[in-house]
Amino acid sequence: MNQQTVAYDSKVEGEVIVTQADAVINWIRKHSVWPMPMGLACCAIELMAAGGSRFDMSRFGMEVMRFSPRQADCMIVAGTVTYKMAEVVRRIYEQMAEPKWVVAMGACASTGGMYRSYATLQGVDRIVPVDVYVSGCPPRPEALLDAMIKLQDKIGRESAFKNLTARKASGAAPAPEMAGAGKVS
Amino acid sequence: MAESELALLQERFDCLTERESADHLAVNCPAAKLVEFCTALRDNFGYDMLVDVTAVDWDAQSPRFTGIYHFLSLSKHEYLRVAVDCADDINPTLPSLCDLYAAANWHERETYDLMGIRYEGHPDLRRILMWDAYPYHPLRKDFPLAGIETPLPAADVAAQTGASVLPAPMMGGPFVSSGDGPMSQTEPRARDESWTEKKEKPTD
Repeated sequence: MNQQTVAYDSKVEGEVIVTQADAVINWIRKHSVWPMPMGLACCAIELMAAGGSRFDMSRFGMEVMRFSPRQADCMIVAGTVTYKMAEVVRRIYEQMAEPKWVVAMGACASTGGMYRSYATLQGVDRIVPVDVYVSGCPPRPEALLDAMIKLQDKIGRESAFKNLTARKASGAAPAPEMAGAGKVS
Repeated sequence: MAESELALLQERFDCLTERESADHLAVNCPAAKLVEFCTALRDNFGYDMLVDVTAVDWDAQSPRFTGIYHFLSLSKHEYLRVAVDCADDINPTLPSLCDLYAAANWHERETYDLMGIRYEGHPDLRRILMWDAYPYHPLRKDFPLAGIETPLPAADVAAQTGASVLPAPMMGGPFVSSGDGPMSQTEPRARDESWTEKKEKPTD
């Protein structure tokens, strides 16, 4: 029992809990992800299903879909991004307050999907930094939930303050997560 | 039914010729007579609905562009296809049907956008799908499916992200369904998967 644990002992500490700033900030951030549903095609239907009562994203603390980018911190790009729409996606991303994350939901948002054509942006990561990619055409709501939980894990691992300046300097997020490609141990 | 309908139409417009068709009655009409003919179709022949306006690019042939109109008579339950050749192969033009059928407005804008046919008399002939500054008409036969490199519509976004409109990777495509059969076997896939953009297409 030599492992050091941080536990709350009311006799010793009264009403004070000792922790790290990163842990607290990340704990708050990861359990109150406010997604911006950038619904562009059929993936948006699955996104709505994930938000509905059957799959119920609110179990994980991310149900507050905000249709204003000013109030959101996670953009879920759900659907095919055309070159004409790319400008709008980028502008909405710019309008979101830091810190912010992007989930590319489905094949089209991740790579252009089946739309190998003159009109379709071949992956939304060409214009915004993507944190989590979700495979599927469209992905099942469970896959989106998995992605959002992966995003929570990622937020939990971030350095809350360093991340801000790092983002500003490089303009891109660190390495993305692949939903569905879980570690097998 | 169709034969007598054609006879009735030709009785009034002797410029019409019958057009080969696998389904509905189809006629060729000269562009100069199109508005007069369509007015009669709407007012005298009961074709009260314009279902579709599109065009065909015949590539190397002349006339290169043919405008296609699909009319539906809601009383007779009959379709009629009207084909109009564009005289000019370089700058194809056709008269607009916007004054006759409100439905023509967006359809003509789409055909202008993708085929580059100008509809004279159209109240607002702008692109409808591609952005305004897009320099090509993508459904023309000389336009590659993958696209041609062009700048993004928004200059500031392009400057910030370094992105531009690039040809899509075809990877042996285009991706087409083989047709009949169970869905599991007819998923769209590349016909010739032996080449990619990095590996030359084999020539035989």
